[in-house]
Amino acid sequence: MSKYTEDDLKKELETKEYEYGFYTEIEADKFPVGLNEDIVRAISEKKNEPEWMTEWRLDAFKIWQEMKEPDWANVTYQKPDFQNISYYSAPKKKPELESLDQVDPELLKTFEKLGISIEEQKRLSGVAVDIVMDSVSVATTFKETLAEKGIIFCPISEAIQEHPELVKKYIGSVVPKTDNFYAALNSAVFSDGSFCYIPKGVKCPMELSTYFRINEGGTGQFERTLVIADESSYVSYLEGCTAPQRDENQLHAAVVELIALDDAEIKYSTVQNWFPGDKEGKGGVFNFVTKRGLCETNAKISWTQVETGSAITWKYPSCILKGNNSIGEFYSIAVTNNFQQADTGTKMIHLGKNTKSTIISKGISAGKSQNSYRGLVQISPRAKHARNFSQCDSLLMGNECGAHTFPYIEAKNKSAQIEHEATTSKIGEDQLFYCNQRGIDTDKAIALIVNGFSKEVLNKLPMEFAVEAQKLLEISLEGSVG
Amino acid sequence: MLEIKNLHASIEDKDILKGINLSVKPGEVHAIMGPNGSGKSTLSSVIAGREDYEVTKGEIVLNGEDLEDLAPDERAHKGIFMSFQYPVEIPGVTVTNFIKTAINETRKANGLEELPAKDMLKKIRATAELLEIDRKFLSRSLNEGFSGGEKKRNEIFQMAMLEPKLAILDETDSGLDIDALKVVANGVNKLKSEDNAVVLITHYQRLLEYIVPDYVHVLHDGKIVKSGGAELALELEEKGYDWVK
Repeated sequence: MSKYTEDDLKKELETKEYEYGFYTEIEADKFPVGLNEDIVRAISEKKNEPEWMTEWRLDAFKIWQEMKEPDWANVTYQKPDFQNISYYSAPKKKPELESLDQVDPELLKTFEKLGISIEEQKRLSGVAVDIVMDSVSVATTFKETLAEKGIIFCPISEAIQEHPELVKKYIGSVVPKTDNFYAALNSAVFSDGSFCYIPKGVKCPMELSTYFRINEGGTGQFERTLVIADESSYVSYLEGCTAPQRDENQLHAAVVELIALDDAEIKYSTVQNWFPGDKEGKGGVFNFVTKRGLCETNAKISWTQVETGSAITWKYPSCILKGNNSIGEFYSIAVTNNFQQADTGTKMIHLGKNTKSTIISKGISAGKSQNSYRGLVQISPRAKHARNFSQCDSLLMGNECGAHTFPYIEAKNKSAQIEHEATTSKIGEDQLFYCNQRGIDTDKAIALIVNGFSKEVLNKLPMEFAVEAQKLLEISLEGSVG
Repeated sequence: MLEIKNLHASIEDKDILKGINLSVKPGEVHAIMGPNGSGKSTLSSVIAGREDYEVTKGEIVLNGEDLEDLAPDERAHKGIFMSFQYPVEIPGVTVTNFIKTAINETRKANGLEELPAKDMLKKIRATAELLEIDRKFLSRSLNEGFSGGEKKRNEIFQMAMLEPKLAILDETDSGLDIDALKVVANGVNKLKSEDNAVVLITHYQRLLEYIVPDYVHVLHDGKIVKSGGAELALELEEKGYDWVK
């Protein structure tokens, strides 16, 4: 056996970059770069959309043209050239996809690499998967089981065709076209995404899951997700993603809207692992996402997110607590390493009486990264006896990273109860030596300490997702100390 | 088992150990005593491989293998265990999860499969019982909010679980009341065998009433200035450290 030298170690470090940074060869149908009214029309046409949808997109495009890219976030980056992006890319489509045999074998291989083979999912976990690959959904499973309960879970492009009344009523109702620069852009050019409707009184029997991936170089990805939980219904929705390695920056501007009607509950969990850029900070995904949910009376929305990827993250999953006694929750782990920058948090808008919100945010920074929590708790004048509890904890590794907290509190009703707690800690040499002495190497020790730090949030994730999230935390922070 | 030859070590250019010689055989219990600042804790840290210390001369050999190039976790995999004077807190990581990770990482390093969860649980329960540890204790975050006695008992629990070849107990008796001391000593005595060895590092003779050493060494200014049998500890207690200087 030859000795393991420093050179071997160096080599290993260099190759141990983005584990999921592979690229899948799938023939793509792609638009030329640039954005104008014709492109917006062409996207709509490509999807055979009805007139109202085309008009809606065009209206959004007009609004977007008048808007300016926001620059208040605690991040610095080269602004994307919006005329140098292709706004539509679809995998070469096979006419019908009823079974897995009909799915492109290349695509199936990709899923195997990710450890999420559909066969396995189908057989073992009871998770229905609506896979979004390069903007267009190519495979939908478990549809029939869901259909028996009257649950609709399909690509949003299909929902526009099949359930126009629902889409028309709710799209843009929580995140209006005018909301912000990226939401307006998404409204104009969204390629595809998921649609989910849970009928009155129905408890969705399985976790609904979507795996997103960016695949084609140079294409922006504009997902649009709409989840509607009708009165007294319940759904748990999982969203996870990995992306292949890219040199140039990739723009991702998704919009997610959740609607929880009276007494309904939506649990929305995300594991986000977009390509974060290489160790010099080159490349990586720009993740500018607008996620918001609306709670009617007695409704509840929980956002749980594990964010390990992206070069730039700009994301604030929020709750509008419109109905009396409604509940909003936000549980977040945001990891930044190398040159990553994250500005993430939530907004809890208390409108109804006795509304309650909980915010637990765990930020972990390593390398030369910057990690900011930005959160707003707003209590409106009529929101009597509203309550909020916020806890923001930061864990630092090394001396070159930064953790920042920007809490905004606006209380316009005296009966409100608002608590905010914040801590900052550092992984210490003593902790690492203690673990080492017990036979736990430094990478594993960091994973253990980070998992302990993040436990309150990891516990909120559905079981199978929690395991994946733990693995991701481990991969993201490997080699970041010592 | 353990051979320390002419060991010199320093921290930040300050010499602490100035030529230590020590030989420990399987089945033996050695006590290293000495006043504050004599280098007792440095010796245990250096054996465990703490990187803050620099070994400037001499060698540490465990079962014929020079430890010089081995990282602390690799030394642990070879069977070295050190009970900390001040065990650290790891919030959110339970006593059970921590020991499970430690055992499985050590097994993996030694080419063994992970211990099946069922066996792990059995072992944890048996060990907890042996050391009179409450089940609830096992679900608490590691050392977080533990009393001094609980921390030390947890160290002994980990030692019992890991079954090291060489256990170094660094001031395990400090901060313990007499009942806790008895439990800890009891644990160590139960785990002693013909195949393993224990090095007790202590300031006071008190612990040695419960764990009787085969050899006692007195450390002063980075050197072992006197060695003897168990009776040496009593003599020290009576005459004080000035006697050996």
